Amino acid sequence: MTRFLQRWGVFAGLVVVWELLTWLADDTFFPRPTAIAEAARALWLSGPADRLFLTDTVFEHVFPSVGRLLAGWGIAALIGVSLGVALGRSATAMQFAGPLLTFLRSIPPPALVPVFLLVFNIGTQMQLATIVFGVLWPILLNSVDGARSVDATKYETSAVFRIPKPQWVLGVVLPAAAPKIFAGLRVSLSLSLVLMVVSELVGTDNGIGSQLLVAQREFDFPDMWAGIVLLGVLGYALNTVLLAFERRALAWQPKQERTPATVED
Amino acid sequence: MTAMLSVAELGHTYQAKDGAHTAIADLSFTVGAGELVCVVGPSGCGKSTLLRTISGLIRPTHGAISLHGNAVQGVPDDLAVVFQDYSRSLFPWLSVQKNVEFPLRRSLGRAARRARAAEALEWVGLSGATRKYPWQLSGGMQQRVAIARALAYRPALLLMDEPFASVDAQTRFELEDLLLKVKREHDTTVLVVTHDIDESVYLGDRILVLSGSPASVVADLAVDLPAQRDQITTRESEAFVALRAEVARLLNVGKSTKALRAKRKANEQSAAKWAEAERAEVSRAEAEDRATTS
Repeated sequence: MTRFLQRWGVFAGLVVVWELLTWLADDTFFPRPTAIAEAARALWLSGPADRLFLTDTVFEHVFPSVGRLLAGWGIAALIGVSLGVALGRSATAMQFAGPLLTFLRSIPPPALVPVFLLVFNIGTQMQLATIVFGVLWPILLNSVDGARSVDATKYETSAVFRIPKPQWVLGVVLPAAAPKIFAGLRVSLSLSLVLMVVSELVGTDNGIGSQLLVAQREFDFPDMWAGIVLLGVLGYALNTVLLAFERRALAWQPKQERTPATVED
Repeated sequence: MTAMLSVAELGHTYQAKDGAHTAIADLSFTVGAGELVCVVGPSGCGKSTLLRTISGLIRPTHGAISLHGNAVQGVPDDLAVVFQDYSRSLFPWLSVQKNVEFPLRRSLGRAARRARAAEALEWVGLSGATRKYPWQLSGGMQQRVAIARALAYRPALLLMDEPFASVDAQTRFELEDLLLKVKREHDTTVLVVTHDIDESVYLGDRILVLSGSPASVVADLAVDLPAQRDQITTRESEAFVALRAEVARLLNVGKSTKALRAKRKANEQSAAKWAEAERAEVSRAEAEDRATTS
């Protein structure tokens, strides 16, 4: 309980300070936190009671955004882990693919948005492509690293007991690589949020990102700030959920090797 | 006594760009069913190469190995190994029980697996720790888990690679007695590779003394001690002391002539140099094995 208070006390204190500063400054660009909260309520939480007070905007913009984020991240996780484990277990494959991977991951994903706009239609496909391409690398490279780190003794043990290949991959390589894979997944999850917003800033009128842009263009600053706060809350919530999942999946780890609750990526 | 393992004119040479290294020259010996044979030799004399050729992880460049009459080509079906490094050999993400069950998954159903693992864990006195993770146990207990895993597999031959070299002296005595008890009760055939002369005399029915690199058998000694051994009385018995001295003499222990020093140094250096080549060969042979079996 005291740790909870410590962690959130500073946060709450800063909000109060900001409230006072914005109240003193009285600047249209910087609305007071209470005004932002009121805007957020009006935007998302003033719906009918039978829909948990959620408004149409939540269904039309927030959920589709989150859906694309999770889908993009999920696809990247699937490709990244399977490809990464395969590459990590083959020295030759990595020799060939290594430079290509380093080159591809060096390209800033937003720079590819125009390309994806040409290749895919405006909308979900292009947005998914942007997220997948952007968040694939941390997962892929961490999976390679993790799969490589399986030590020689575990390899020989499995070979001597004639462990079949599927059991070797799923029962030895994956669990051994899991701590590194999760580190990659966490970095990628925060990146997904960034790329979700980026992909919604061009050529679409759907999603949290586009709504942000609309609010800004219409000088609706409390709405704009509410969107920013929503993104922060989303990022925090997603990370917390993943961390809880990671804790369960890696419960076998000795305590000192576990990821602490507040982790900075 | 029928031969469980027979090794005939075994030789292995590692090839590399900058030369070749003969780890084993010409090794021949047999291990009878139910026998416990210790292989003792100086470090870097090719003991681990021998172990890897017998377990089928490396294909020898010449000679033949057969296990209960079948030529060893690739890893045999009924062979288990206990490695020195228990902390790496056990899977930290599996409980003790699941570690023992892991190699049985391909051949047994869940209930049979569970029963077999529980039984093996009881043999090594770990029935109370089945739900723990390996890292929650002491080193000696972890090595017991590795022994239980090997026993549950019902191997025709149990290979042990310096099994007690990483535990403290007290624990080593306990584990040695445990091994003797399990071997006696279940008639297991065991080949223990060690550099510890006392251990080889205490454990073995026979001792194979290997010369330095390239390895060959200098002596094949029968251990004339009662089957029931005791850490104190056996070790102070005349037969034990005499045999211990004989093995030590064969290995030139404590002698330090210039020639011997130079040879030891050369051995250690080449062992370090060729350890890499050896590991590479293990994964290559295994990959080929997988390619041909799948």
